[in-house]
Amino acid sequence: MARWFQRQMFRPTFTVVAFFAVIAIFFYGSIGWTFLMSLTKSSLMPRYDFVGFEKYADLMDNKRWIVSCINMVVFGALFIVGSLILGSILAIFIDRGIRFEGVFRTIFLYPLAISLIVTGLGWRWLLDPTLGIQAMVRDMGWENFAFDWITEPDRAIYTLVIASVWRSAGLVMIIVLAGLRSVDGDLWKAIRMEKIPQWRAYVQVIFPGMRPVFASCIVLLMSEVIRGYDLIVAMTNGGPGISTEMPAKFAVDFFFSRMNLSLASAASILMLLLSLLMLAPYLYSEFRRRD
Amino acid sequence: MSSPANAAAMPRVAVVGMYAFLIVSALFFLAPFLVILINSVKPMADIRSGNLLTLPSEITFEPWRIAWSSACTGLDCSGIKPGLWNSILITVPAVVISVLTGALNGYALAQWRSRFADWLMLFILIGLFVPYQAMLYPTVKILSGMGIFRSYTGIIFVHVVYGLPYTTLLFRNFYVGVPDEISRAARMEGASFLRTFWSVILPISTNIIVVVAILQFTGIWNDYLLGLIFAGNDNLPMTVQLTNIVNNSRGAAEPNVNMAAALLAAIPTLIVYFVSGRYFVRGIATGAVKG
Amino acid sequence: MYNISLNKIRKTYGDLTILHSVEMEITEGEFVVILGSSGCGKSTLLNIVAGLDTCDSGQILIGDKDVTDLEPSDRDLSMVFQSYALFPSMTVRRNLSFGMEVARVPKAEREAKVAKVAQLLQIDALLDRKPSQLSGGQRQRVAIGRALVRSTGVCLFDEPLSNLDAKLRTETRVELKKLHNDLGFTMLYVTHDQVEAMTMADRVAVMNKGRVEQFAPPQEIYEKPANLFVASFVGSPEINQIAGHLSGNGSLDIGKTHIDLSGYAFENGTRPAQDAILAVRCEDIKIVPPAAGHITAQLDFVELLGADALAWVLYHGKRLSVRMGVDQARALESEVGLQFDLTKASVFCTKDGHRL
Ligand SMILES: Nc1ncnc2c1ncn2[C@@H]1O[C@H](COP(=O)(O)OP(=O)(O)OP(=O)(O)O)[C@@H](O)[C@H]1O
Ligand SMILES: [Mg+2]
Repeated sequence: MARWFQRQMFRPTFTVVAFFAVIAIFFYGSIGWTFLMSLTKSSLMPRYDFVGFEKYADLMDNKRWIVSCINMVVFGALFIVGSLILGSILAIFIDRGIRFEGVFRTIFLYPLAISLIVTGLGWRWLLDPTLGIQAMVRDMGWENFAFDWITEPDRAIYTLVIASVWRSAGLVMIIVLAGLRSVDGDLWKAIRMEKIPQWRAYVQVIFPGMRPVFASCIVLLMSEVIRGYDLIVAMTNGGPGISTEMPAKFAVDFFFSRMNLSLASAASILMLLLSLLMLAPYLYSEFRRRD
Repeated sequence: MSSPANAAAMPRVAVVGMYAFLIVSALFFLAPFLVILINSVKPMADIRSGNLLTLPSEITFEPWRIAWSSACTGLDCSGIKPGLWNSILITVPAVVISVLTGALNGYALAQWRSRFADWLMLFILIGLFVPYQAMLYPTVKILSGMGIFRSYTGIIFVHVVYGLPYTTLLFRNFYVGVPDEISRAARMEGASFLRTFWSVILPISTNIIVVVAILQFTGIWNDYLLGLIFAGNDNLPMTVQLTNIVNNSRGAAEPNVNMAAALLAAIPTLIVYFVSGRYFVRGIATGAVKG
Repeated sequence: MYNISLNKIRKTYGDLTILHSVEMEITEGEFVVILGSSGCGKSTLLNIVAGLDTCDSGQILIGDKDVTDLEPSDRDLSMVFQSYALFPSMTVRRNLSFGMEVARVPKAEREAKVAKVAQLLQIDALLDRKPSQLSGGQRQRVAIGRALVRSTGVCLFDEPLSNLDAKLRTETRVELKKLHNDLGFTMLYVTHDQVEAMTMADRVAVMNKGRVEQFAPPQEIYEKPANLFVASFVGSPEINQIAGHLSGNGSLDIGKTHIDLSGYAFENGTRPAQDAILAVRCEDIKIVPPAAGHITAQLDFVELLGADALAWVLYHGKRLSVRMGVDQARALESEVGLQFDLTKASVFCTKDGHRL
């Protein structure tokens, strides 16, 4: 026994076990407990009066939850597509050895260093109809110019898309750029020999070969969408009305200000399931590749 | 480094179009920052009479002074200054502890030979993508049980634990590339696991340490949600104080002060970004390709 | 007291058996080379001896002490790795003294030992450099130095020369051998390079798929291989093999040809009738006029190697090699007779390859 203990001094086992325990308790234990809560009627404090999946049914009747989900899908789709397109175009241009590459790169990337709170505030001010772009254009003489999306319930969600594309396009750019730089030089030579137009080369040859790169971009952006909380709080706070509410905010609000523990837990568990669902193909291919 | 793509000459129109696109994009990326910067040194009168995009008639640092030391959050009018100290006091230890624990766990995981190793990886990878909402409330309960909920220790603890899968994975991926023979050689010399980690492995990890430290620094500094919930009123980080200031003065609307406050909150991470340049980029690129 | 005995060492990974009951007795001060192709389990065996890896069953004795369950550092041995595995962040001096530092050896003693080894290996001038500032050969010396500093009598080497260029490899080989003679350590040395095995070893253990096929002095391995695997693995070009049927009267029948094996010393003197393979090295074949030798073959082509030449001939569709002088090779006819030196040939059982 003493010898076994002594051997372990030379092994990573203790560290791995301690690490595993922390993750198991704080991540998986917490998830398990949240799931239990979602099966109860707990409101302010945890109670263990199990009611099955009633709270999930309640969620489906909750207008704010439904709106949140729809918003997340709309926002997520536009944000991911927008970031991928803008990021890829910027990556292609930067990869072509433009002048002032460093300057452009710095400009496209700095938003990543800025918090979502400041990002949200900045765009909130810029898009404020009485202060920002609309006011400026009107001051220049176009009295009827309107760009008041942030105060329009139908449009406000798009302002969130603008702000998050602004923040994340650089991320896509840097990942795609790394992918482009690792493309085999001979491939480009072949493309030139075959006289394939450059844009077709990107669309039909280069990018299809970078599928894993885009996959990790998408996984990353998706997890941002599902977790998205700070930006909404800073920019629209869910408004006007509930037009920019999203699940992450729904859960936090119901946990901490509306004190509906069970409903918030059910919402969180659904968010988790959604994350795992999105992640599954990625994880699957990751582990397939390793074997 | 230049890719063979640029070896092919582009038609003149295409070149002009490319630079036009890049410049417009650069303006898009710079706009919020410039607007905040300009208006933070603009007298209130200018803002009332014009819009956010007009240049200031005179440059004043009064908004900065107010934002720094006398802007109000509720009844308390001591500016964002306390938030800065709180953020520093939270971020610095949290980053140091994150880096050390991440490195130790990452090394242990890279060394750990077991048929469960792949399962543990999956376990961690999933942990990486769990929405915080599914863990928040139980974490509150655990920390309350430990007596550190809403305390300085508590917020640091939460940052370290929530960041654990990420930091561990980054270090693990680095250590998998370090030749195993080095660890074996240390073991031959009689060095225990911890001794090997400390004397042999840590000193050759400078690059990855810098990368992880930068990522964790930006992440923790820019955090809003965890600070709001776990820090307690005496330790609120800058992001939370900033939103309090902005939302408090919403009626009175002193945009210039708010913007100065936002800049103050953004400056530390921007400094890190500009100083660390290449590391920051590398950090994002390695951090992005998780797993 | 640094003899090593390995007792029925077995190692498996899941269903895969990497080592099948390996047995070896190494006497004190011996230089033993473990030779085998890539993946045959050499490193695994060495790591088990070192204590870096565990075995599923079996026993390791060093100096008659059972060390099977001991940590590497408690086994009184040291090791030189293929990639040198110097600690990158430490100076050469610290690399050498780190092990003693861990063992809390007093500073003065550490310095004295480092100085002694540094002088022995002529690396005194490099002591304050980092490994990255050394050439491959210098790193190699430091790695050996690190092993010697703490060494009390057993040194393990895992392909220590494979990262050096050809010239340096030859030089280091000689030096290592000299070091062994001077220090008298027991050395266990893993390689897949035959030349290293032949030149350095007191005894060579030829490994194949987790088994020791033969454990004998190098010359014996070369001249009297215990089985067909050893015969064909050792030596270049590969040993010539002629398959036939061994008849009761002691001749090998290949179709209508009968090779009289009366000059060959069979093991135990017995020669049961069975399918067999005659194996002869290229230098043990003499060219004679057609029909005058054991067999007659067609000349295929000639390789001139500078000092001598290899003639490749075809016999029953198989290619055989014959070593000879350059002039003789130039004068070869298209049909040649081959005369085997049967005292140096080997005969193996076709079925399981063991020596007859
Ligand atoms: N952790 C492991 N899991 C499964 N198989 C392993 C493991 N480590 C080694 N092996 C297998 O064990 C066999 C022997 O490996 P070993 O490293 O001992 O070979 P080697 O003889 O040293 O080869 P080389 O000359 O290439 O170094 C190989 O087939 C290898 O694939
Ligand atoms: Mg090996």
